[in-house]
This record gives sequence, structure tokens and C-alpha cells, in this order.
Amino acid sequence: MSAVTAEHDHDDHHHDDHAHGPEKGWLRWVVTTNHKDIGTLYLVFALAMFFVGGTMAMIIRAELFEPGMQFVDPQFFNSMTTMHALVMVFGAVMPAFVGLANWMVPMMIGAPDMALPRMNNMSFWLLVAGILLLASTLFMEGGAPAGGWTLYPPLVLQTGKALPFAIFSVHLLGISSIMGAINIVATILNMRAPAMSLMKMPMFVWTWLITGFLLIAIMPVFAGAVTMLLTDKFFHTSFFDAAGGGDPVLYQHIFWFFGHPEVYVMILPTFGVASTIIPVFARKPLFGYSSMVYATAAIAFLAFIVWAHHMFTVGMPISGELYFMYATMLIAIPTGVKVFNWTATMWKGAMTFETPMLFSISFVVLFTLGGFTGLMMSIAPADFQYHDSYFIVAHFHYTLVPASIFMLMAGGYYWLPKWTGHMYNEKIGQLHFWLSAISVNILFFPQHFLGLAGMPRRIPDYAIQFSDWNMISSIGGFIFGASQLLFLYIVVDTIKGGTGEKVTDEVWEDAHKHGLEWTLPSPVPYHTFSTPPTVIPCDHD
Amino acid sequence: MNEDVAVKNKRLGRNLAIVAIAMFGFGYALVPLYDVLCEWKWIERDRPDAIKAIPETAYEIDKSREVNVEFMTTLNESTPMIFSAEMTQLKVHPGEYHTVNFYAENKTASPMVARAIPSFSPALTSTYFEKVECFCFSEQTFAPHEKKVMPMRFVLNPALPHEYKTITLSYTFFDNTQTAIKK
Amino acid sequence: MKKIKQLFAGAMLTTFGLPIAQADYALNLMEGVTKVSNDIYDLHMLILWICVFIGIAVFGTIFYSIYHHRKSKGHEAAHFHEHTTVEIIWTIIPTIILVAMAIPATKTMLELDDVQESEMSIKVTGKQWYWDYQYLDSGVHFESHLDEISEKSHRGHTIDPHTVPNYLLSVDRPLVIPINKKIRFVFTSADVIHSWWVPDLGWKKDANPGFINEAWTSVPTPGVYRGQCTELCGRDHGFMPIVVIAMNQGDYDNWVKTTLEKQNAKPDLSDQSHEQLMANGSSVYLKNCVACHQIDGKGVVGNYPALRGSAKVTGGVDPLIGFLQAGTSKMPSFAKLKDNELAAVITYIRNSPDIGNKVGDEIQPKAITPVYDDDE
Repeated sequence: MSAVTAEHDHDDHHHDDHAHGPEKGWLRWVVTTNHKDIGTLYLVFALAMFFVGGTMAMIIRAELFEPGMQFVDPQFFNSMTTMHALVMVFGAVMPAFVGLANWMVPMMIGAPDMALPRMNNMSFWLLVAGILLLASTLFMEGGAPAGGWTLYPPLVLQTGKALPFAIFSVHLLGISSIMGAINIVATILNMRAPAMSLMKMPMFVWTWLITGFLLIAIMPVFAGAVTMLLTDKFFHTSFFDAAGGGDPVLYQHIFWFFGHPEVYVMILPTFGVASTIIPVFARKPLFGYSSMVYATAAIAFLAFIVWAHHMFTVGMPISGELYFMYATMLIAIPTGVKVFNWTATMWKGAMTFETPMLFSISFVVLFTLGGFTGLMMSIAPADFQYHDSYFIVAHFHYTLVPASIFMLMAGGYYWLPKWTGHMYNEKIGQLHFWLSAISVNILFFPQHFLGLAGMPRRIPDYAIQFSDWNMISSIGGFIFGASQLLFLYIVVDTIKGGTGEKVTDEVWEDAHKHGLEWTLPSPVPYHTFSTPPTVIPCDHD
Repeated sequence: MNEDVAVKNKRLGRNLAIVAIAMFGFGYALVPLYDVLCEWKWIERDRPDAIKAIPETAYEIDKSREVNVEFMTTLNESTPMIFSAEMTQLKVHPGEYHTVNFYAENKTASPMVARAIPSFSPALTSTYFEKVECFCFSEQTFAPHEKKVMPMRFVLNPALPHEYKTITLSYTFFDNTQTAIKK
Repeated sequence: MKKIKQLFAGAMLTTFGLPIAQADYALNLMEGVTKVSNDIYDLHMLILWICVFIGIAVFGTIFYSIYHHRKSKGHEAAHFHEHTTVEIIWTIIPTIILVAMAIPATKTMLELDDVQESEMSIKVTGKQWYWDYQYLDSGVHFESHLDEISEKSHRGHTIDPHTVPNYLLSVDRPLVIPINKKIRFVFTSADVIHSWWVPDLGWKKDANPGFINEAWTSVPTPGVYRGQCTELCGRDHGFMPIVVIAMNQGDYDNWVKTTLEKQNAKPDLSDQSHEQLMANGSSVYLKNCVACHQIDGKGVVGNYPALRGSAKVTGGVDPLIGFLQAGTSKMPSFAKLKDNELAAVITYIRNSPDIGNKVGDEIQPKAITPVYDDDE
């Protein structure tokens, strides 16, 4: 339980290859193989994409502010919903978690760097290339893809010139995340300090290990599905074309075989960050560490056998409907275990409410709301009403925004002082939290009502009875969007010096009991753990 | 990082990459797997054997029940054709052979290649719907303005479960002229 | 839960002092009119209440803990980090709840799935962007488009949507069904995937190209029930509503009779005045052309060509007729239009100030020479 001193960092000087610092100038960021630099690149890029995707969301909410078509063409509206999803999923949330993993996994397991540093650099730049290619489709003849992020045929095949470019960008993004995942898995399995056994690993590392395997398993399947789209369109295959003996519904099965685990790719690391932060501010060990590990693994396993619950209305035989309903309901059990464990971690703690903790608590509450609606939709007959309505829009935004996005931000607040050596402005941080937490509910809660009242998703205009909730939702959206500028301000401000307060090595009270990263100096030196730490803080055994 | 770990990392990285490539293949394997799952009646519908001829066999006619067979015709993407069935509904006894004529006409001044794709509802009845003769077994070529009468001869296998009282057979004509030219 | 939601809604509205335009705040799932939709509603309420109770327990614990177990109150942290019994309990109890939920859910699912013993079948074909209904027993067959006033309102920016009755939820020709009959719907599509949803009936079902799906309903009370396409199907996905009118058997029989009479009547091919042609042409245009070529005839740059100032439109009439009937790989064939409709729409696109063309002629139905359609 005792803290590891900063002694080993002095050892760095004995290793010539590690003694030098970063390259000088901008070239540093292009050629870097340092996990911290690459982590920063990922995080900065993800934040930029969060604002790009957010701008698209603002366009959507502006058009939906009132009934009638005000600002955009319906086709462009469809492009916006499609691109908003693709940019947020592949440009913001996934890269942000890869960025966090790059920064934190080596520091959490006592490794000097990622297992495959050069591939690490390549996977980041492939991501940039992929996203730029995707963004370029906005300016192509016929517009960006507008068939929804699920890219269902035959609709997606009606895309104009952009189709092959969009598909190629999906390939690039897929290769990038597979490479990122391989790297993280290899780092976790091979690079741990000798004293760091698997069951001593921090939850964030565990969730990323499982997420890494998920990614390696599913991204190629998605790549395969879009390749089939490509050959269907240009090379006369007919995987999904009924005219040649194919079936458009087959695409949906392949897509959701990828798509369902994909949503867990975005939520499991979220769980990991929550399990990291809550114990620190509750000043108690994480409750039920091993059941957390098993629950995460169970969720990942279930992810592969429930995909068709996205397709209850597609016309499946009753046996299929029932099987997918039962299997989906099962997910509630391990997910419930996680929520109960976080609650029990807080129970009888000595809680303080700094910004990371505020975000984490609101995550537990709001994610649970999203989980409830998920449970409701697992009931196949009820899903015949909920499916493709605004109810599902509310559901998945509750599991993505106040869950994934909130925990990414919580992670940002939590680790920024460690990364930069500066303290962020707590007052503005809390203001950011309260604005976000309130507006996110104004934004998404009314969408439940809209869906139940019969408003379909992905429509640019709606009947008059949906006006009021849409207007409220849009107002919430604008507040939420504007509030995020505070986050940008805080990040920049903290990097520049923040409050000027000198942060200690452990930053948060007794944080060294919860993770190796807090045993390192603040700001973290360019190279860390060149010799593995020998004592592992582990509060659960 | 020491040499051993570097070698281990490369090996693990390579193995995981192989897994990823294998999963790409698995994506494609889902295509035939889909048909298997359809056959198990777990996932989907009729696909594979609905477009194969089944030789005429003498079944014992089940006079005790009548099944209402409905016929539907659809033209995909407003293909300039006329396509209809001689009747939309027909009451049949399982085991009894019937022939239903379908009419198709090319309304354009150029030749046309079209393919009729069958689909059943309830999907699971497709197994019991045996076709001896059908225009859907192969692509149909139409001369300019050509009109065709296309007979479809079928029988309902008497093994058809008793719960099925209405069966719909739908044909959608897809204009494959462009694909046919390119091939 | 309804109360809670209403309270929440009220609190939100007061807090933000929003101007309230309409007092129509649907908060919960509609019960619908059919037995199935009622069963689904009951299921929905059951799960909702279960979630509310679990929510109260979990959130209550969290908030209790936030209030009492805080450092600022001097609470000392305990050190427990596992408790096998508790962990087993909170795994088993949810399992029991899930099983309890699965039972009624399975029952309703079986009921939804049981399409057999139906009394009539209606074929529903989704098309970009309207529905096509065919009654298999009587042979009634028609297209159902968004009504003209909604169409003009959302495209033209001149009519305030608030003044349009059932904005975006009414059609030119609704689907009419008799009450208390088990009606089987068979769904398919002629292009991309669509999905047919009338919330009052309790379900939606996808319409897939090349394949058919089925579903059923039996409506006990006469009434008008509205819905929309719920699977993204391209540009005008938001503009293909569904209206179902359920009526007594007698009224329904009359409706079938008059509809069939109209359907089988020969189109009136006599000459029409310029105004008549323009008026008819406008309504044909709104149903068939406006989605791509737009209300101002300007099309969509990069996607759909403009009719405004197009030589093809303002040039020779015969090539134009032939073009409309044959279609191209990009534009569907409009051979389905009758001669009088074709004449009207051609007159309209050549002369409408809205489209921005002024040839100054009228095309009479008789002028529509069958270009290749040599029988009829």
C-alpha cells in the first residue's frame, strides 16, 4: 500500500536513449513516438472533432427549433445527422479514449511507453487522414453521405460522388482504430511492471483491455460490410441487392454485429474512468473490484449475441425476436452490478465534490436513466413503438453524452493537473459542470416525450404537436453547445498555467493509494517508468 | 524497453493483426452463415431454395383444409413494364397442383433484361411452397414491346403446418438491363 | 410516472419561462386503439414503473450518500470494498425482475406475430416518397401522397405551418379500413427501405425492397389514425405520412364501391382550359415531381437538374412526353400517369410562373400520343 517514491525517475539518467527530451519545433508532433505526445495529439484532435460534430448538432437543432423548413435543405439535413454521428463516434469519442489510453495506460501499469510506439504514431495520422477524407465528402457533388451513420443499403448506394470516398475513409478509420487497439492490448499484456498482476490493474486498464479485444474483433467486420457495399455499387456483386439474389437486411445483420459491440467500445472505457475517479473522491476503495472486471467481460461477451435488437421491426421470425429480446434483457444484469458497485463505493465514503467527481456522479445517474430506456427497448413488442422514434434518440444520447462525453471531460479535469503541472480553475470547472448537466437534460429529456408521442427520428420537419418539446430541446442544445466553450477555455488556460497554484505530485488527496500515475512528479516528465516500479498501489486486496 | 519485450510485443502485435484479418474474413463468412441461420429459422426468411425447381411429385391431396394463396407483383424503381398476376387470391388444397399465369410486358422500345425475385410471407412457409415451373428461376429477356404470359406451377406440400391459412407469394421485377450489358 | 414527468415538465417550463404556443404536451406513450397497442402500453407502463422504483432506490442511495457521507460534514470514510452476500443479492433480484418482465412481453410478442386467420389483406408498398396501397380482395389500388397544403407549406416558405391542419400528417388519399376485422398488411418497397408506423395501431414494420413482411391489426373504433415513415429513406423521408381511416363495414363497402368506380372509369380526355390544365398540373407536379425538381423548378445543384429555363422542358413537346414516359437511369419512368395528368403537368412545367417558364401554350390530353405504348 505504500507509495512508490519518485526515486526511479532519477534512474532515467542512466539510460542514454531515454535521456533526451522531445524533438524541437513542430516536427516533434509529426514524428513523435512518445506515448504522452501521441496521447496529447489524440486528445486535441478529438476535442477539435467534438466541436466539429457539435456544430453539426447545432445545425440540426436550429432546423428543428420550429416546424417548417427554415435553414437547410432536407438532403443536407440528412447529411448532417449522418456526419454528426460519424464524426462524433469515429472522430471524437473513440479517439479521445485512445488518447486517454495512450497517456494513462503506460503510467498506470508502470510501463515506459506503448508496446509498439511507431505504429502508435501511424495509427494517429491514419485517423487524421480518415477524418479529413470523410469531411471532404461534404464538398463533393451530390453532398456527403446522407443515409444515416448505419449506411444502410439500398439508400446509401444513392449517395453521389462521395460514396467511395466515405467508404475509404471508413477503411482508414477502421485500420487506425485496429492499430490503436492492438497497441493497447499488447501494452497491457506485455508491458506491465512485474509486480502488476492482472487482477491488480486499475479498472481503466481492464476496461481498455476488453475494449481493445472488442475493437480487433469488430472493426474488420465493419470494413468487410462497407467493402461489400463498394463492390455492390461498382463491381456488380449483389450481397445486398435483391435483384441479384442478395438481401438488404443482411447488411443490417453484419452492420449490427459490428455496431452493437461498437457502442460498448464507447461505453466500457467510460466505465473505466468512472471506476477510477469515484473511489478517489469518495476516499474509499472501489467496491467489488473483481465483480467489476467480470461484469465488464460479461457485457463485452453479450455484445456479440444481441445485435438484432436493433432490428426488431425488420421482419424476423418469432424465434429470432424472442431470442434477441431475452439475450438483450440479460445485459441489464452486469450493467446493474456496475451501477450498484459505484453506488456502494460512494456509500459511507468521505466525499468531496471537485469537478471530476461532479461529472462522475452525474454520469452514474444519467447513464442509469439511459440504461432504463435501454431496458424498456429490449422488450421487443414495446420496441415496435419505440423503434426509430425520438425515444431511441434520447436513449442513446443519454448513454453517450452524459456518459461517454461527461466521463471524458471528468478524465480531463482529473488528469490535466498531472499532465500539465497546473491546476485548472475549479470555479469555472464547476460552472461548466452545472451548465452542462442541466442543459444536457433540457436537451435530451424532452426527446423521450417526442418519441413516445410519435415523432420519428431523422426528420427535418415535424407536425405542430411536436413543436414545444422540440423548441425546449433546441434551447437546451444551444446552452449545452455554448457551455462546452468553457471547457475549451479551461483546457487552454490550464495548459498556460491555470490558477498558478503549484500542484503536488498526487494532486488529489491520497490519490497515490489509487494509482501509479500519482506517484510520478507533476507535470509528468517526458519519460516515465524506465525502470518498472516495484510497489503497486492496490486498494482492493 | 529491453530486447525480449520488444520481440514479444512484435509477436503479439502480429498475432493480433492476424486475428483482425481473420475477422475481416469472418465478415464475409457471415454471408453464407446468414443462409444457414435462415434455414434454422432463427434469423430471417426464405432465401436460398425459393428459386429452384422441384420435380413434380404426386402428393395425397389434403381435402380437409384450404389455404388462401395470395399473389403480389411489384416493379422495382418504376421499371417501365406492366407486371401482374392473373389473380390475386387462390384457394388451394395442400397437395394439389395449380398453374397461375403472370403477365409481363416491356413498355420500352429497347430490349430489357429483368429478374423476378420471390418472397414469401410468412417466410417460413417457403419451404412448403414447391414450384415446378417459374419465371423466377432465371433472368427474363424481353424484346422491345414484348408481352409475355409466364405460367407458374406450384403445389403446397401437405406437410405444411396447419396454422398457416394464408400465404402470400410476392414477385418483384428488377430491371437488370444495365448490369446485363456491362457483363 | 406520468405525474413525475408532468412535474418535471412544469418545473422546466417555469424555470425557463418559455412562451407556450400550444397546450398539447404529450408526455407518455399513447395507448392506441387496438388490443395489441393497449397490451404494449401496459407493458410499457409496467417496465416504466419497475424502472422508476429501481431508480428511486439507486438514486435515493446516491443522494443520501452525497448528503450524509461528505467530507465537509466530517464523515470518515469506511474501508469496506466487497460484500459477497450483497453482491449476490443485487445480481439475483434483477434476474428475477427480468424473468417477470419477459413473461408478459413474450405473450404480447406472440400476439403481435399471429397474422393468421386474417379476413382481408392489404399490400403496402413504400416508395420514395409516398405509400402505395393495394387491396388484394377488392382490387382497390392507389397512391397516398402528402397533402398539397403541407407540401406547399414546407417547400414554399409562404404558408405558416401552424395554419395547416395536421401539418405533415395528412395525405391526399388515406388508407380506409373496416372496423373489427382482422386485417393483414403485407409490406414491400420499390426502392429503399421504408417503415410503416401508425402509433395508434401499436407497431411499425419495415418495407424492404424485394421482400415482404407482414403485420396485422383490428381496429375496434371508427376514427382517423395518423403516422409516418420511420426508416430514413432519403431526402423526403419526413414527408411521407400515413393516414388510416377506420369506418363501419357499411361505410367501408360504399367507399370500396365508389373508389372502384372512379378507378375503373376512363380518364376524361376532353380538352381543358389553360387554367384547368395549370391547376391539375400543379397538383400532379406536387405529387410526382416536386421532391427532386423543387417547388421553384430550380432542382438541387449537383443532384437534380433545374426545370427552370431547361431546353428539354421548353423545347419540343413530343420528345418531352417520350422522356417522361420512358424515364432514364436517374429519373423514374412516369408511364403510370394518365394522358390527362401528363398533359396537365407538361403544361404546368412549361408555363408556370412558379417554375419560371413561359412558353405560352397548353398541351391537351389528346396530344399525348402513345410513344411506344401501342395497345390501349
